[in-house]
Amino acid sequence: MRFLFKTDYNQDIRIAKHSGYYWSYGVLLLLVLAAPLLLDSYYIGQMTQLYIVAIAGLGLMLLAGYTGLVSLGHAAFFGIGAYTEAVLTGAGLQLPFMEEPLVFSFVVAMPLAAIFAGIAGVVIGIPVLRLTGIYLAIATFAFAIVIEEVMSRWESVTNGYTGLLVDSIYIGDIDFSSGEPFYFLCLGLLILVILFSINLLRSPTGRAMMAIRDSEISAQSMGVNLARVKTTAFGISAGITGLAGALFAHKLGFLSPESFTVLQSLEFLVLVVVGGIGSIHGAIFGAMFVLALPQALAIAKDYVPPEIGEMPGIEPFIFGLILVLVIIFEPYGIYGRWLKVKHYFQMFPIYKKATFKRQKAYMKSERLK
Amino acid sequence: MQLVIGGVSIGCIYALVALGFVLIYKATEVVNFAQGELMMLGAFLAYTFIFILGWNYWIGAAAAIVCMFFAGNLVDRVFLRPVLGQPQFSIIMVTIGFGYMARSGATMVPGWGAETYAISTPFSSEGIQLVPESMGSLVISETDISVIVATIILCIVLYAFFTHTRLGVAMQASSQNQLAAYYMGIPVKSVFSMIWGISAAVAAAAGILLAPTTLIDANMGFIGLKAFPAAVLGGFGSIPGAVVGGLIIGIIETLAGFYLPPGFKNVAAYVVLLIVLVVRPQGLFGQKTGKRV
Repeated sequence: MRFLFKTDYNQDIRIAKHSGYYWSYGVLLLLVLAAPLLLDSYYIGQMTQLYIVAIAGLGLMLLAGYTGLVSLGHAAFFGIGAYTEAVLTGAGLQLPFMEEPLVFSFVVAMPLAAIFAGIAGVVIGIPVLRLTGIYLAIATFAFAIVIEEVMSRWESVTNGYTGLLVDSIYIGDIDFSSGEPFYFLCLGLLILVILFSINLLRSPTGRAMMAIRDSEISAQSMGVNLARVKTTAFGISAGITGLAGALFAHKLGFLSPESFTVLQSLEFLVLVVVGGIGSIHGAIFGAMFVLALPQALAIAKDYVPPEIGEMPGIEPFIFGLILVLVIIFEPYGIYGRWLKVKHYFQMFPIYKKATFKRQKAYMKSERLK
Repeated sequence: MQLVIGGVSIGCIYALVALGFVLIYKATEVVNFAQGELMMLGAFLAYTFIFILGWNYWIGAAAAIVCMFFAGNLVDRVFLRPVLGQPQFSIIMVTIGFGYMARSGATMVPGWGAETYAISTPFSSEGIQLVPESMGSLVISETDISVIVATIILCIVLYAFFTHTRLGVAMQASSQNQLAAYYMGIPVKSVFSMIWGISAAVAAAAGILLAPTTLIDANMGFIGLKAFPAAVLGGFGSIPGAVVGGLIIGIIETLAGFYLPPGFKNVAAYVVLLIVLVVRPQGLFGQKTGKRV
């Protein structure tokens, strides 16, 4: 057990709490950097997918886990990012005063996709964020359905259900849209997004976000501008998810509105909840869970009797079951369990179960009187 | 006019599902994202009783409604009670998780499966002429009439229940102030379970009424999502509002499907929802409220 004696404020807000952080995260970084040498291309593809989903999860985590706003429509921002990227790098932007459409390099297009999704987030956010709790969830849900319909009907841009091919991206001669270069691109962006999130969360804006999550009224009393902080959080969250969408476009190479349905939004939410709400680790763990579950089930199928294994709906059923069980028994998800295990070994042999005991909860009314 | 009748008929279904939402929300402050799935389960139960077991339509429908009442009770006890007092977010996620389970669970039950089924009803789908031939044609099918009449009856029964029975009054009390109701000796937790039961029963009725129009399959629960606009339009937490909201959404949707380009029919309800939230978040019948610290 390590005891930290904090002697000044800078120490309190440092990213690495103590030297152990450099070791553990350094080793992790080395491992993911060396992964292309160690694993074959299938697993590299899977890990790339993991990074993309983790970026999207981080986007939603900032909103749901740190600002306490539930969005049921993040697939819409994911989709906006993906389509923006595909259009900007592919057909290009046709402006009225130009002869040739303007085609962007992905280095420019990706930030543009993120910014565009972020703007969409702010535009939908400004009217909607005056609402609280459940209304917000319903409004984002409605927004996602409208966007999904737009994606399938605006055929001159998105090609509807026929689908839109995404061009490969190059710097010089290196193809950045597949294999190892793409792996490092996603990894780099994930690390950037993680660092951005950590820094955001220790800034005044991030603290205001957490204050809003814990109690809107006390945040307001402390001088937090609710509407502005909420809109900022919404915009940032949508932007990060849009960035993930842009990467996703290149990962798939082919876009159709079916990839951005309400079910995808729900999957992001499940990711956040199962991974561990209110923690950046949680987004990564959640992404692992969402990607690993179908594979684990496919493997498990060989070991159970075929009558059970071959049932058509077994996969979403287990998905739902795990979601419910996690919320009832481990509200802080995989990361919460990890903390408990870590604590157990740190405190060995005097671990007390009561350390993490939840307080007795009463029904708190959110109703306005 | 013909379109409006079709809209009213589908609107009644939305109204019934929205009614289920509102009942649960008003009493327990839980938003049930699995309301559509409850409707789906109700419809499948009715199908089982009427077709697989070969019962009379009325008995089968009644049995399905009663079964769903107990199922709703059970859902509250198993899934909702452990998370009582957790943040709204967790509770919503539990209902979403339950929705997943119900949807895929229904495809796993032997005899139900992933196909679509039809229930034959005593109502024919043939039209009845409403106005004299000279005033133009205005046709309403018996199925539509059955939906409208059943909705009216259900509303009256619910109204009577809430104002004239001990349990109904207890439910009103606990929806106004849970703590005070608890101090007055109302068993709030079991009242919540009863509310879930009633709401599931209403959903089952909606499912059975909807069955002739859209057929039964495991994904019919998605229609339940259309009930959100209805509930919000009427002011979340207002029971007459839910009914009126459902009717308006149904009519708007049918009209949009006829007059606007394809694609608008699916989103019309949600566009209305967004507009309502921006312009008048408290809905048509909601009360303007302020928050007490």
